[in-house]
Amino acid sequence: MSDRIKVLKTYKTYVDGKFPRSESDRTYKITDSKGKTIANACRCTRKDVRNAVVPARAAFSGWSSRSAYNRGQVLYRIAEMLEGRKEQFVEELMLTDVKKSDAENEVQLSIDRLIYFAGWTDKYPQVFGTVNPVASAHFNFSMPESTGVVGIIAPDESPLLALVSLVAPVIAGGNSCVVLASEVNPLPAVSFGEVLHASDVPGGAVNILTGFRDEMLDHLTSHMDVNAVFNTILDQNTRKLIDENASISIKRVEHYEAKNWKDDSHENPYLILNFQETKTTWHPIGV
Amino acid sequence: MSEQIKETKTESATNGAQKPTSPNSDLKLDFASFWEYSTAPESGDFFDLKESYDHFIGGKFVKPVKGRYMKTINPSNEEVIAEFAEGTSEDVDSAVKAARKAYDKEWSKLSGKERGKYIYRLARMIQGRSRELAIVESMDGGKPIRESRDVDIPLAAAYFFYYAGWADKLDYAFPGREAKPLGVCGQIIPWNFPLLMLSWKIAPALAAGNTVVLKPAEATPLTALIFAEICQDAGLPDGVVNIVTGAGQTGAEIVNHPDVNKIAFTGSTKVGKIIQKSLAGTDKKFTLELGGKGANIVFEDAPIDQTVDGIINAIFFNQGHVCCAGSRLLVQEGIADRLIQKLKDRMETLIVGDPLDKNTDVGAINSKMQFDKINEYIEIGKNEGATIHQSSCNLPDSGFFCRPTLFMDVAQSNRIVQEEIFGPVLTIQTFRTPDEAVQKANNTQYGLSGGVWTDKGSKIFKIGSQIRSGVIWSNTFNKFDPTSPFGGYKESGVGREGGLHGLYPYVKLK
Repeated sequence: MSDRIKVLKTYKTYVDGKFPRSESDRTYKITDSKGKTIANACRCTRKDVRNAVVPARAAFSGWSSRSAYNRGQVLYRIAEMLEGRKEQFVEELMLTDVKKSDAENEVQLSIDRLIYFAGWTDKYPQVFGTVNPVASAHFNFSMPESTGVVGIIAPDESPLLALVSLVAPVIAGGNSCVVLASEVNPLPAVSFGEVLHASDVPGGAVNILTGFRDEMLDHLTSHMDVNAVFNTILDQNTRKLIDENASISIKRVEHYEAKNWKDDSHENPYLILNFQETKTTWHPIGV
Repeated sequence: MSEQIKETKTESATNGAQKPTSPNSDLKLDFASFWEYSTAPESGDFFDLKESYDHFIGGKFVKPVKGRYMKTINPSNEEVIAEFAEGTSEDVDSAVKAARKAYDKEWSKLSGKERGKYIYRLARMIQGRSRELAIVESMDGGKPIRESRDVDIPLAAAYFFYYAGWADKLDYAFPGREAKPLGVCGQIIPWNFPLLMLSWKIAPALAAGNTVVLKPAEATPLTALIFAEICQDAGLPDGVVNIVTGAGQTGAEIVNHPDVNKIAFTGSTKVGKIIQKSLAGTDKKFTLELGGKGANIVFEDAPIDQTVDGIINAIFFNQGHVCCAGSRLLVQEGIADRLIQKLKDRMETLIVGDPLDKNTDVGAINSKMQFDKINEYIEIGKNEGATIHQSSCNLPDSGFFCRPTLFMDVAQSNRIVQEEIFGPVLTIQTFRTPDEAVQKANNTQYGLSGGVWTDKGSKIFKIGSQIRSGVIWSNTFNKFDPTSPFGGYKESGVGREGGLHGLYPYVKLK
């Protein structure tokens, strides 16, 4: 019996709960260390960035007004789905010459990190919210609320774990996001879109684009309907570009330094807080 | 109108008819027909202002290197009150050096408990000189003495008192983390609440263990300079607080100084964007408290007389020079006519005039520049086809005064609805459904404040949670407290001031 011909996967993007190709139809080759082609990935453009921000904005009010309990369950569901597809992600990571044990470790940590942030959805408002003892006859309290649409610039290293570590705190906090995946290996990011799709995450809450950062980052971070940027590309030029673009519409910017994504320092509620706005409500006390 | 009142009075004596002061009465208040107000000016004869003020750097008043001075005027009579130094890069540099030295040598080595005791001293000494500070605030900025005496100065003291207590309790503020100070903070404050904004900036910065270089606005530098005297009197270590005066260029020197670790700015969104851009690519942290166009939403079930007073307070407090002013009124259709009539009646009772007169409700517009800007917007409103209504009050002959103003028949896209006027000018729109109100409220680049007026609690929480702004005043407006975080969503700013949340921008977490 001859060897079966393997069915190769076509990698597209994940936008608005669907899997479109780049509007430009352009692709670029993803190769292993020997230069062998693994797949063609979408090379997204400015138009794709814009097309991703629209559903992100549309999904925001629904996702942010879900109950904290429900958001926690959805994040937990993502972890469950990822657990069921572990092997696929291990294989995908190994395509770019990651050792099997490292790939397994990365997938396991990604699942655990999702569980970690799933548990925070109904707790961070208690940790960061306050009842304020004002001196006048008013009841006064402050609560965190989601910032809005967050642009996430993922790094090249740990293409699954880093992506999960960035997306989880952002959506746990009720934001929607547009993610620029690892440029070197975007394949696990696209497959992660399939996991999100199967996990009751509303379409548009997370949108994942692939391509050349240089061609997308400027457009994403200068987009007037993006409220915040979560960036991991820390060279001076990129930082300055993002900061300057942010000033056009007073975007919140978090430049995040991560030496080792496997480190559990990436599990803390302050990462959620970075993409929250504090709202204070006053009401008179009287009869 | 007085006839009607008299008639009612007679009736009420006999048959218990509604009095003008009854809740939800449709009769209007009419004090002016019954008596005339004598002037009641606050006397400032117990203190002397200097003719000329220098920078406060390293614990001493020092002359500006370039020797240039600017003048500050009283906007209610356009007379010069005093001159003050114009800061240049040399002055800013020596202030930053003094702040760095104080941080390295003294302030960062002091225990939180001792730091707190200094800040408590500042609070107490502000209280001690409160009447003087209130009078100077009203002279320099044009705000009614009643507001500077009862709001600005007591609150400024309260902010110092509140944050003083945090200095030795930071370990309890950030769960799981250790808070460290940032170093030298550059702080730039506006002219609408001069000493109060100084307290919002300096108190949390010092409590967290930082030292500061602060620049007050060029229209209102005086209370900051009296505060410098208070720092001396309190024995605050030299260089912990430095005050450099000047205009926008002096502020830019602070923003761009390489040895400043953090910038805190309160002012316009336009300048905020320039500052954010100039900080691009640096490691400086920043907080911005910028403009607003707050929507004040009134539902049909609102208690109408309380609401009218709330609307008045929302837009005419401090001549409308309030970033969180309720400058857009959204009224549900069913009560619009009645509410607007009551609002017009209530506006007629407002006394516009001498800021130092204790009867005054609306004082002087802060500066010629702002006066011209407000008048320009009033012209824009007329040209946009809106219907204008102004109080018929008399205005003083000199000084910058503006009548309380309403604009009706406005569209969401009108400039007077979209842009911050920063004066006593209110636009009025109507709505039918709660969704429409929320949509109109959020249709703005800003997100600083919002008001909700209704008798129904569940409606307050629903609408309050849908308005994208940092402060929601429900059945009240323009209330402030040191324990209460304040700050904007969207283009109204980044970060919070006040409360526990106001400490975050002044620490790094380990």
